Amino acid sequence: MKKQINRLEHDARLNRRKSIRFWFDNRAYVGYEGDTLASGLLANGIHLVGRSFKYHRPRGIYTAGSEEPNALVQLEENAFTEPNRRATEIEIYEGLIAHSQNCWPSRKFDFGALNSWFSRLLPAGFYYKTFMWPTSFWMTYEKYIRKLAGLGRSPTEPDPHFYDKTYAHCDVLIIGGGPAGIEAATAAGQSGCRVILADEKFEFGGMLLSENMLINGIPCHEWIDSKISKLRAMPNVKLLNRTTVTGYYDYNFLVANQRVNEHLGPRVTINSPKERLWKIRAKHVVMATGAIERPMVFADNDRPGIMLASAIRSYINRFSTLPGKNCVILTNNDSAYHAALDIADEGGQVSIIDIRTNPSGSMIESAVSRGIRIIKNHSITGVGYSRGLLRSIEIMELSEDGLNVIGKKEKLLCDLVGISGGWNPTIHLFSQSKGKLKFDQSNHCFLADQPSKNNSVILAGSCQATWFLKDCMQEGHAAGCEAAKRAGFSVDGASDEINTGQIEYGALRPLWILPGSHPIGQGKTKHFHELHNDATVGDIHLAVREGYESVEHLKRYTTTGMGTDQGKTSNLNALVALSEIRNLSIPDLGVTTFRPPYTPLSMGSIVGYDCGELFIQKRKTPIHPWHDQAHAVYEDVGDWKRPRYYSQGKETMHAAVQRECRQVRKTAGLLDASTLGKIDLQGKDTRWLLNMLYTNVWDKLEVGRCRYGLMLNEHGMIFDDGVTTRIAENHYHMTTTTGGAARVMSWIEEWLQTEWPDLEVYATSVTEQWAVASLNGPNAREILQELTDIPLDEESFPFMSMREGQVANIPARVFRISFTGELAYEINVPARHGLALWEQLIEVGRKFDICPYGTESMHVLRAEKGFIIVGQDTDGTVTPMDVGMDWIVSKKKQDFLGKRSFDRTDTSRSDRKQLVGLLTDDPQFILPEGAHVVSEVKSKPPMNMLGHITSSYMSPNIGRSIAIALLKDGFNLKGQTLNVALMNGNSQRVIVTDPVFLNV
Amino acid sequence: MLLIRCPWCGFRDQSEFQAQGEAHITRPEDPYQLDEEQWGQYLFFRKNPKGVHYERWVHVHGCRRWFNVVRNTMTDDILATYRPEEPIPVLSDEETNQPT
Repeated sequence: MKKQINRLEHDARLNRRKSIRFWFDNRAYVGYEGDTLASGLLANGIHLVGRSFKYHRPRGIYTAGSEEPNALVQLEENAFTEPNRRATEIEIYEGLIAHSQNCWPSRKFDFGALNSWFSRLLPAGFYYKTFMWPTSFWMTYEKYIRKLAGLGRSPTEPDPHFYDKTYAHCDVLIIGGGPAGIEAATAAGQSGCRVILADEKFEFGGMLLSENMLINGIPCHEWIDSKISKLRAMPNVKLLNRTTVTGYYDYNFLVANQRVNEHLGPRVTINSPKERLWKIRAKHVVMATGAIERPMVFADNDRPGIMLASAIRSYINRFSTLPGKNCVILTNNDSAYHAALDIADEGGQVSIIDIRTNPSGSMIESAVSRGIRIIKNHSITGVGYSRGLLRSIEIMELSEDGLNVIGKKEKLLCDLVGISGGWNPTIHLFSQSKGKLKFDQSNHCFLADQPSKNNSVILAGSCQATWFLKDCMQEGHAAGCEAAKRAGFSVDGASDEINTGQIEYGALRPLWILPGSHPIGQGKTKHFHELHNDATVGDIHLAVREGYESVEHLKRYTTTGMGTDQGKTSNLNALVALSEIRNLSIPDLGVTTFRPPYTPLSMGSIVGYDCGELFIQKRKTPIHPWHDQAHAVYEDVGDWKRPRYYSQGKETMHAAVQRECRQVRKTAGLLDASTLGKIDLQGKDTRWLLNMLYTNVWDKLEVGRCRYGLMLNEHGMIFDDGVTTRIAENHYHMTTTTGGAARVMSWIEEWLQTEWPDLEVYATSVTEQWAVASLNGPNAREILQELTDIPLDEESFPFMSMREGQVANIPARVFRISFTGELAYEINVPARHGLALWEQLIEVGRKFDICPYGTESMHVLRAEKGFIIVGQDTDGTVTPMDVGMDWIVSKKKQDFLGKRSFDRTDTSRSDRKQLVGLLTDDPQFILPEGAHVVSEVKSKPPMNMLGHITSSYMSPNIGRSIAIALLKDGFNLKGQTLNVALMNGNSQRVIVTDPVFLNV
Repeated sequence: MLLIRCPWCGFRDQSEFQAQGEAHITRPEDPYQLDEEQWGQYLFFRKNPKGVHYERWVHVHGCRRWFNVVRNTMTDDILATYRPEEPIPVLSDEETNQPT
């Protein structure tokens, strides 16, 4: 095992007492608690961590945070594996396993790097150019492109972890736990309002973690610890570390992803959620999201060992790691001098290449006084890299305009280059929430301008280009006070005295694309402005030459900013390059809108608990346990589990259904009809409402009588049917189809609330309050007689009536209605007695050879009688007349919902699709439902299509197959012979009949 | 996600509601007084403005009440919510002429 050659003496934020062993590309390394995978690897002298997306170029660690474009690894193995995880964010734990991506056979020797040699053949937009012709070949290309494209591998096994979701409400949500965020949380917390402070890192402190300065005389790390412990003591403040606010939507609705226990390793954490998705509604938001350092672009700037200057500071001051011994800082501004000073403090060799011609000020003086060599007005024109490490750089003097290099090349030996092109405020969330951005000429970056009207947000700190620590802290404090005040809390506006020392910074030189020894896009070197997707400044030149010169086109053509990092370090430099090429200012070019999520979300965190058993609810009737024991095979009807048939022994579905159907007509059958929608209607205007809802007349329905009704929408189309019974003077019991129950309930509520609010009608869904056993067949009366005191003779209990009484010693409503055409009773009892009722009916029915039957037999039995099923034989384009049910449409009633539409030209056509029966030539042949009926069969489509089969069964009681179809002008086709085209190319001759097959 | 004030329950998440299209379409008193075109207007034709829109919503996973919402379809700003029986709210000039 290797020594941690780059580890420094001081502890920084590490727990040096706790060593942790981790594996990268099958080699073991040791780091400490508090390390990320990136810092652990750098401490062990590892820079090369993977290969790039397109050219398979060796790549290293570029940042120390979530903006990382390069160091993407495959984390863990098998079911636990995740692709494209940023090494800069993964906390190491004992036994962590990670692999480099996009490398074969190894990251040091990679076959795909041949792409690099052929890079002339892989220009921007090469997919579009190369694979578009001939069009039919795309299918062939796609397979191979998919194989080459993409980074990492998806897991192939189910994820053993589970993921949590939660909602939260707060007065003030503070995004970012750096100095401004901590001050804001403290100020708002002291007011007593509910505060959430969220930070994506595992420690609070933000950029201060990468600092080594004093605040009020104490080291800044101690300042963080003391502030955070005070916040922890406030019961109204919730601290969420490891929590990335990934989305900012309307009305201060935000989504955050919390890594709950990933830092413990996947194997020990299987019993608690891996991640938690927070859905937060905040009254006010304080954005203290900080800034991301901006790179400069130069020849071969993608080599391992080249990273942001601020990242070097993080590795030194937070992770106690100096990732090189001989360092160069390349900068156009003063802030990078801190990195040079830190390196010097730790005993590293360092020189500064400052592209400014004559930098001056206190930072420069500090560097000079430490003996640091400052090379002014130079560019890096070449990078020496071999065997996983940076070896040297080549520099040349810049011309006056900065667009060319002049003079002689100088070679500097070095193993680490830190770059800084200034800072970009992190305003992604602001832009997501429809806030407008503006380009700030003095800071050369985009800033938040006008927030969306329906969000309340205050920005504080470097996310609005406030660069000095003291100012950031004061802004944070003020923002916390203001947010609390807006939420209605009184605040003591006074802030503590803050002393952080004061530094003066000089201006930066606005130059980011540094010239090489060849014009950009020519020669062997590449200027990568976008590391994640391997896009170069040369690609931007090409895109503009080919006409893709708007920002939106450029983005898609070069894939700039379209990687998993969303171009956090590349977007603005792409705009700079484009503005130089097109000679337009950046505000004139515009900017693309940032989209959620800020950093990628795992599929697991989006899915949460909504998978497996919990994906969809299962509704079960009270009789369900009996169905289970009777070997019921279920059918999903809406969310309900309904027995489709009961299988005896090795019986097939076909055999079971044939047996059940025969038995019902021969003796008796029992169907669980509990799922039928039931709506209790009360109030003096109920009858008026029924007259509007149904096509027939309800005026003369007596108490205790039932009536079937069709419900139409205003287009005159059937949308539900069912039997409604008058229970008392102003009390009705409506039934609906199983699938339509909620729809009908909403329909009634809509009309009662919006159009007829003066009606006195109370509608209550009682579907689940009643269990229903539907007893059908010639012996139904004999069976029921044994269990009830209700007189069942024809005279006292006629068809289409309801009686109340005791059935099996259970209070019951018995409806004499039938969906099979047989003598039938639908016995309704309170749900809790459903199973008992059913068991007694089965017990008593045994001597009559009673047969439980399922929905499939129910379908066959009703089709034999020509009863329609709404939603199967109708599809929302079918009127009562189309299904031959003119008899149920009142001519007398002046109005009901849908009536007026009967007179529409289209609705009153005589040749609409109409419901008919079909009988096949071959009585054993069962037509497939959905098959097309045609007048004449041709060898291939198109054929003249007349309609389609809606229902089709083998009827044991008729002794042949039967089918129902909707046919154009169907009523006039009765008696004719037509054809049904089948999927296998054959066809079946059919005769058009009446849809009533069994007329007894 | 919108935050919608149900006139009965107060502010609730959008996920508790369903949008139900344009508001203030009254069912004709006597449908047979309308000719085919007028009846077609009632059945099929709806406004689809870029800007201020009066629409119906129902608090379907809450009190199940229907109500009206004035919403700017461009900015998603909700300008008012009110009960079916309440008068159409008067908007300020600024609200009616929001940037589109």
